[in-house]
Amino acid sequence: MKKVLSLTLALIMIFALCSIGVAHADNPVVKIGVFEPQSGDNGAGGKQEVLGMQYANHLTPTVDIGGTTYDVELIYADNASSNDKAPTAAQTLISSGVSLVLGSYGSGVSIAASDTFDAAGVPAIGVTCTNPQVTAGCDVYFRICFLDPFQGTVLANFAKSELGATKAYCLAKQGDDYSGGLCNYFIEAFGKDNCVYEQFPEGTSDYSTYITNAQNQGCDVFFSPVSTEAAAQIIAKADTQALGMPILAGDTWDSNVILQAAKGTNVKICVTTFYQEGADAEFDAGIKSWINSDATALANNGGNDELAAVTVMGFDAYYVALEALKAAGSTDPADVLEVLPSVTYTGVTGAIAFDDIGDAKRDSAFVKQCNTETGVWDFVSVATVG
Amino acid sequence: MDVLKTTLPYIISGISVGGQYALIAIGYTMVYGILRLINFAHGDVFMVAGLMMVYLSASLPLYLSIPLMILLTVLLGFTIERVAYKPLRSAPRMSVMISAIGVSYLLQNLALYITGGLNKNYPQIPWISDRISLFGMETSRVTVITPFLTIVLVFALVMLINHTKIGMAMRAVSRDFETSQLMGIQINRVISATFIIGTFLAAVGSILFFTNYPGVVPTSGAMPGLKAFVAAVFGGIGSIPGAVIGAFIIGIAESVIKGLDTILIVNGVISEQIGLATFSDAFTFVLLIIILVFKPTGLFGEKSTDKV
Repeated sequence: MKKVLSLTLALIMIFALCSIGVAHADNPVVKIGVFEPQSGDNGAGGKQEVLGMQYANHLTPTVDIGGTTYDVELIYADNASSNDKAPTAAQTLISSGVSLVLGSYGSGVSIAASDTFDAAGVPAIGVTCTNPQVTAGCDVYFRICFLDPFQGTVLANFAKSELGATKAYCLAKQGDDYSGGLCNYFIEAFGKDNCVYEQFPEGTSDYSTYITNAQNQGCDVFFSPVSTEAAAQIIAKADTQALGMPILAGDTWDSNVILQAAKGTNVKICVTTFYQEGADAEFDAGIKSWINSDATALANNGGNDELAAVTVMGFDAYYVALEALKAAGSTDPADVLEVLPSVTYTGVTGAIAFDDIGDAKRDSAFVKQCNTETGVWDFVSVATVG
Repeated sequence: MDVLKTTLPYIISGISVGGQYALIAIGYTMVYGILRLINFAHGDVFMVAGLMMVYLSASLPLYLSIPLMILLTVLLGFTIERVAYKPLRSAPRMSVMISAIGVSYLLQNLALYITGGLNKNYPQIPWISDRISLFGMETSRVTVITPFLTIVLVFALVMLINHTKIGMAMRAVSRDFETSQLMGIQINRVISATFIIGTFLAAVGSILFFTNYPGVVPTSGAMPGLKAFVAAVFGGIGSIPGAVIGAFIIGIAESVIKGLDTILIVNGVISEQIGLATFSDAFTFVLLIIILVFKPTGLFGEKSTDKV
């Protein structure tokens, strides 16, 4: 009896495998790796970034490479927002034969995985990882977003001139390359003597003391470019303890997690980001109707169709990857790597071209403020440094 | 600014954190007292309680969802004991502990699967999450309520242990497992009652904790659970007053260390930041090592009358 049962199960599995094979038999497949956090501190952001790639894949599911039409398949690997899990996730992608990789949200995991990609010679395109070290020491890492030295300077200028701040409280997560790096560049631009810099350890849930610290030291701006999970808690505490100063953060906070946390509170929040919703009305309408039509996509976007800039960046990244594949004329990672530095593309977030290090040439950022009554972002200004 | 006004917010938030640790620590210490088992899954039961509240309150009004959440959490604690610990009653103690670690990971991964790893916003509970002003500082009402509620619950628990039949049975079992069985105590009932009380307190603790820090992720229970465990060891594992006092000491110390830089700067003791805030967690675990080296039984350990 047991033999019959196991035989039946085995047969079912074989048939299932065959049917998958049949479904994709018409076109050859090119694989693009999606190296993004799906869980952990940055899970929410990672999912939103993936949404953009999925939408792009939904619009353009095929690509012509060297005269042949290929089906594009996205291969996912969860780096769990954790620097020690990142190399394993990267290795998973390499083993499944991807031509190039997109991601990750969060600079730390990208830095941690860069050696793995480098050793395998698989090119990677960072979508929103803004720490300079992602591309600096690595020949295969490129990126399409601006960098933290730029973002930190923009934020520091904004704090000084627009908010009139003279003393800043900076809060980063211990051992986190993104928040720590961005805080350092902010402090550099703002002036070290006028900044109070503190770090909280992993697993912190009580942020009330940091709020009290900022108040007691007489700061007039609270800079905390930390993960959205911590952000939600900080906003809640800032409200109950009447923080009394604006909160400033980087691109990570451009997320509807922040909007939900801030709605109905009495906290002023300003962020710098890559894209302002409304800049391309046609694109906005398209992606919103797609998100609303797909229950999983809607859940991954936090339950509403408010667009995060990282989603739009994910969308552009997918097309940069397709451009690279077209230019390479082959699905071999080595060929893609060779042509990638000269790839250019004009996406929804603007023109993308790479410099010598592999960073995008970008010189402007959007500043947005959270409208705590309606729970949406209000456009403030376009910031440049120069 | 005077010393009191700058220090008070840290003390108050520390007492509140301590109260929350205390409610979890009791669960550790009671189970240890009776089964000699460190129930590693306890912190995760606390996290599951938070998640249940998130999902229940989405479809039910609060006056139904809070009791239902507590009931389900208690049921979870009871089931874990029956499924994962009871079959191992005669096995070596290490096997039960490994089973507890397994349950802990199971709960974390189930939560990861259900939530998709995303942060869930804890519902606002009216009245207790309101903002109040206390000695010129702004805080939420739950911060003030927590220590008092903790003390009331602990008092009720001590009464239960000292003056009821089940309490007497608990004391007997914690003294001598086999003899109390011979004397006709139904050991399984006593153990179940212990788990029910422990998880009930963890469920109440989760309401207080997540109202104060409103975000639930699968690893939310890990750090508070670990700190509560340290508190239980610090106070002398097996002793309820010990666990409570240990929890308050750790809560306050942690909070003050986080603000120590600021306190010292504002009061003119030092002029530059020295980065002490970074060591708030390290302090807790250094304390654990010190107490284990110099007084392995903890502050109140081995006082058999306090044992459960």
